[in-house]
Amino acid sequence: MNEFADAAVLASKLVLHADATLLEIVRRSLEVSLAAVGCASVLGLSAGALLAVTRFPGRKLCIILTNALMGLPPVVVGLLVYLSLSRTGPFGGWGLLFTPTAMVIAQIVLITPIICALSRQTLEDLWLEYAEQLRSLRVTAFGSLRTLLWEARYSLLTAILAGFGRAIAEVGAVLIVGGNIAHVTRVMTTTIALETSRGDLALALALGFILITIAMLVNGTTFVLRELADCDAR
Amino acid sequence: MRRSPLVWTFGVSVFFFSFASAGNSFITLSSTTSTQASGFFDYILPLFKQKTGIDVHVIAAGTGQALRLAEKGDADALLVHDKAGEMKFVNAGFGVDRREMMYNDFVFVGPRADPAGIRGTTDAVAVLKAIGAQRATFVSRADDSGTHRAELRLWEEAGVDARAASGTWYKELGAGMGATLNTAAALDSYTLSDRATWLTFRNRGDLELLAEGDPRLFNQYSLILVNPRRHPHVKFNAASKFVEFLTSTEGQNAIGEYVVEGTVLFRPNYQKAE
Repeated sequence: MNEFADAAVLASKLVLHADATLLEIVRRSLEVSLAAVGCASVLGLSAGALLAVTRFPGRKLCIILTNALMGLPPVVVGLLVYLSLSRTGPFGGWGLLFTPTAMVIAQIVLITPIICALSRQTLEDLWLEYAEQLRSLRVTAFGSLRTLLWEARYSLLTAILAGFGRAIAEVGAVLIVGGNIAHVTRVMTTTIALETSRGDLALALALGFILITIAMLVNGTTFVLRELADCDAR
Repeated sequence: MRRSPLVWTFGVSVFFFSFASAGNSFITLSSTTSTQASGFFDYILPLFKQKTGIDVHVIAAGTGQALRLAEKGDADALLVHDKAGEMKFVNAGFGVDRREMMYNDFVFVGPRADPAGIRGTTDAVAVLKAIGAQRATFVSRADDSGTHRAELRLWEEAGVDARAASGTWYKELGAGMGATLNTAAALDSYTLSDRATWLTFRNRGDLELLAEGDPRLFNQYSLILVNPRRHPHVKFNAASKFVEFLTSTEGQNAIGEYVVEGTVLFRPNYQKAE
């Protein structure tokens, strides 16, 4: 139990004194994951909307595929991105391996299916409800899509936050493609892994507490958004 | 018009993307977990940066993985500790200018109770024979690192087929030095560690340093530059500066001055080639 107490004390000290190293690591975690979420949202929402409102052969297969990809194992994503970005890999010329950009790419691969699958479900349900009305009003395809996205905004934000939660808590992929380089690609989860291996359990746990706090904030926000959506619906 | 959250998140992501990938002059060094976990890089890299303005990005892995990473051209230089593997790497044309630059030694750590009775033994082979005979729990890095390769050589010399006992008293972890020490502490088992990681390790539990001092436990670290003929994109000039710095009188002195808990972790021993 002593370790938990020590860690709690250290964690609060680090936060209260706005420890420079700690802030840097937390900031980088947020930068990488927000960048990934931003890109994955654009990709995932577009794909999700397309799958929701269009009908084409192979659509069912695409839906099954995106649903299955929601459970992509991070280490496998890490390995694939690593091999692609390695100098001997297909995109080696870009020299992106062991940079924050590589971590962003890995997280995009990881969470785009989540955002896509969740938003597809939401938008499809809504589309079934609205389709006739929108058609009778002769709203253009683009206009319909915009209406749908706006009407579903709270649920879509929930989908995006689910992606963010997965991205920021993930360690396997970012460790492989980022290399855990101090001041460059070291984020919260990789620091926890490193400090644990150094036997410095207090600092590892302190960072763990911060990560849990962020996770809870995200979940809290999701909950509030749901409530808002319900109020709107009434 | 109300701005959709989509536009907003996209804007933010573009901002962060450009921010996150901003960088300056740096080289990538493929190195070992022992040099990182011991805090050596936190000490030596700022000195180099101050002198040259070059950042060094360290990827810490086991020596085997570090060598493979450099073979693929994903690093500019190496700091590793496995002579056989290094010579193979250089002879295959992947590396040039190998320089032995510092050393420390391996030590046997184990539970205070010491069931195999190895305390004070200065013969590394006798230590492993005793552990094998007692079937005392031993955790192995098993990650193809320099330490792991050294450990396997010692088992072979002791004539004990430890890997045949894998999963029983001999446990192969596939982990870095620190993680292995954590496991050893949790399982009250023996392990072989480099001295630097052991000295800086904080979660020792019941573990103690039990045996040391055999010349076979000598642990040489070397620098190698990745061959620019093989991988034209490597930052050969900047990486050469790093190697020159660590093998200069100034760099060598700095290495010898790195002290943790009253002990010099790495002893400089670069000999200029004739």
